[in-house]
Amino acid sequence: MAIHFNHKPGLVVYLTAGDPSLEITRAIALEAIDAGADVIELGVPFSDPLADGPVIQRASERALARGTRLKDVLELAREIRAARPAAGLVIFSYFNPILHYGLARFADDAAAAGADGVLVTDIIVEEADEYLAEMERVKLAPIFLAAPTSPDDRLQAIAIHSKGFVYAISRTGITGKQQSMTADAAALVARIRRWTPLPVAVGFGISNAEHVAQVAEFADAAVIGSAIVELIERSTPEASPGAVARFIKGLHLPQAALAR
Amino acid sequence: MASVIHPAASSESRPGRFGIYGGRYVPETLMAALVELEHEYEAAKNDASFQAELAGLLKDYAGRPTPLYFARRLTEQLGGAKIYLKREDLLHTGAHKINNALGQGLLAKRMGKKRIIAETGAGQHGVATATVCALLGLECVIYMGDVDMERQELNVLRMRLLGAEVRGVSSGSKTLKDAISEAMRDWVTNVRTTYYLLGSALGAHPYPTMVRDFHRVISIEMKQQILEKEGRLPTAVIACVGGGSNAIGAFYEFIPNREVRLIGVEAGGRGTALGEHAARFHGGSPGVLQGTFSYVLQDENGQIAATHSVSAGLDYASIGPEHAALHDSGRAEYVSQDDAATLDAVVRLARTEGILPALESAHAVAECLRIAPTMTAHDILVVNLSGRGDKDMGILARELKL
Repeated sequence: MAIHFNHKPGLVVYLTAGDPSLEITRAIALEAIDAGADVIELGVPFSDPLADGPVIQRASERALARGTRLKDVLELAREIRAARPAAGLVIFSYFNPILHYGLARFADDAAAAGADGVLVTDIIVEEADEYLAEMERVKLAPIFLAAPTSPDDRLQAIAIHSKGFVYAISRTGITGKQQSMTADAAALVARIRRWTPLPVAVGFGISNAEHVAQVAEFADAAVIGSAIVELIERSTPEASPGAVARFIKGLHLPQAALAR
Repeated sequence: MASVIHPAASSESRPGRFGIYGGRYVPETLMAALVELEHEYEAAKNDASFQAELAGLLKDYAGRPTPLYFARRLTEQLGGAKIYLKREDLLHTGAHKINNALGQGLLAKRMGKKRIIAETGAGQHGVATATVCALLGLECVIYMGDVDMERQELNVLRMRLLGAEVRGVSSGSKTLKDAISEAMRDWVTNVRTTYYLLGSALGAHPYPTMVRDFHRVISIEMKQQILEKEGRLPTAVIACVGGGSNAIGAFYEFIPNREVRLIGVEAGGRGTALGEHAARFHGGSPGVLQGTFSYVLQDENGQIAATHSVSAGLDYASIGPEHAALHDSGRAEYVSQDDAATLDAVVRLARTEGILPALESAHAVAECLRIAPTMTAHDILVVNLSGRGDKDMGILARELKL
């Protein structure tokens, strides 16, 4: 169990945990892994997701309406880990639910659940002293976001403190669809690579095979979030694991992915 | 309730901290803009021509200094402390918000930004921002919760008349918190061209410091005026606290004068249960919301709680981080007044002094009504009357059956 991309481009799939239910999220995650996802990002729903577009906002509201708590997400992570020992597993959250749960308790429980890494949307490197110390203590990979607007000194700090992979944001903006990759993304990945040998995953607005092929030209992995969350929203709960698997197969990932 | 980890004692030495509170908890995309803003603000603060331009506008355009008015009839009726009202309600656009909007508007112009976004709750910051954008020839987009657009409709119309685009926000509780999230989403998307003119002493560094600095003029004038009129400092300064911009402006110069009580008044709403009020120091706990570490009304899972207040401007789940530090150190006291006491205070001030306060400011008046009779004629209370109540006529007509 570790974060690795055995083929290029690798695939990271974001799911809002508890949408439409924890049981269905579990089924979707397993189907996604079997269809070729290298890493699952399990999103902890938050009441005020200010970095997210309407699709993930709605998914968060649905998950919270069903009473999904951080401890439930960690339990879900444990189940996914037990069922798919080789997949990468990242807990994705805003900071406040973790802070309220207790940072040390969260680190212990996330590690015990079998997570590989943690991504906190609203933690920047400068504010991360305690967070980094806790991640180091339990050997979880802290994954930081790098933005097209980040100057080199910030990218250097992000690269030094990230483990597992660096998450490059394809464009300025919130999560959600876009027409095509911007030049921002390729330039950002090239700049990140000056500071780290870690794999670089590109996310925000990636929604189809064409985008994934574009990302393959300059990055190690693509992150797909809103497109899959929207697919789940449009599907019945029972049909959504199959729909997500078909969507991932339609991305035409290299065969190495499908062999997993 | 789970114990809360503070983001490191060492964080106190980082910029933008008030004790352990404040800081920067934002998506990375905004960091370059926040750092740029911090540097530009520092440069402007030390630039005599910037300060002269701002001082000129505050005087000739906004109407500073505002009077410190001795409320003789109210004082006589209450039979205790002498009551003074700092008349921020007399400023252009009707509230203290113009102080900060002018300051940040000039800063945006200096930075070459042509597009301004802002959030608003009661609409007073939105109107002030729309006004400054009209004055400086800048594009203006205001985010406002659907609930607030309905209850502060007059201010929506004023913003539109001034040339601003008002965008309703239908997510979450459809109030100030959601308007801030939506403004931050716009800023993350358009960060290269857009200036976010945040309206309270909230958010990521440097906003809490910068907004406080632009409102410091309130306590600078207050101090000078009370010394001229009374020859001594007041017993207490009272201000309402939503995000906390008028209160921090009214408190700031008195912080070293420890004999002056600083009293912040939160919205007690219609009950003490979570969701029924906006009293962060009476039911909230430390947490991170919208860029800053401060007291937050939240549930047992760290989800942000709904809030309620009759006043849109105080209806917010968090509070400026400097207030959190003043609270913990005991330098300022924070109390709450509920909707009913606030409505009574509006009527009392209107019929005793002929002054119609904003519902927000009326929370401070209500606290004054409570404590003045317990004091002596030797005591002096200064109430920061942060805004006027014309905008609230719809609510007042309904609530008071006018």
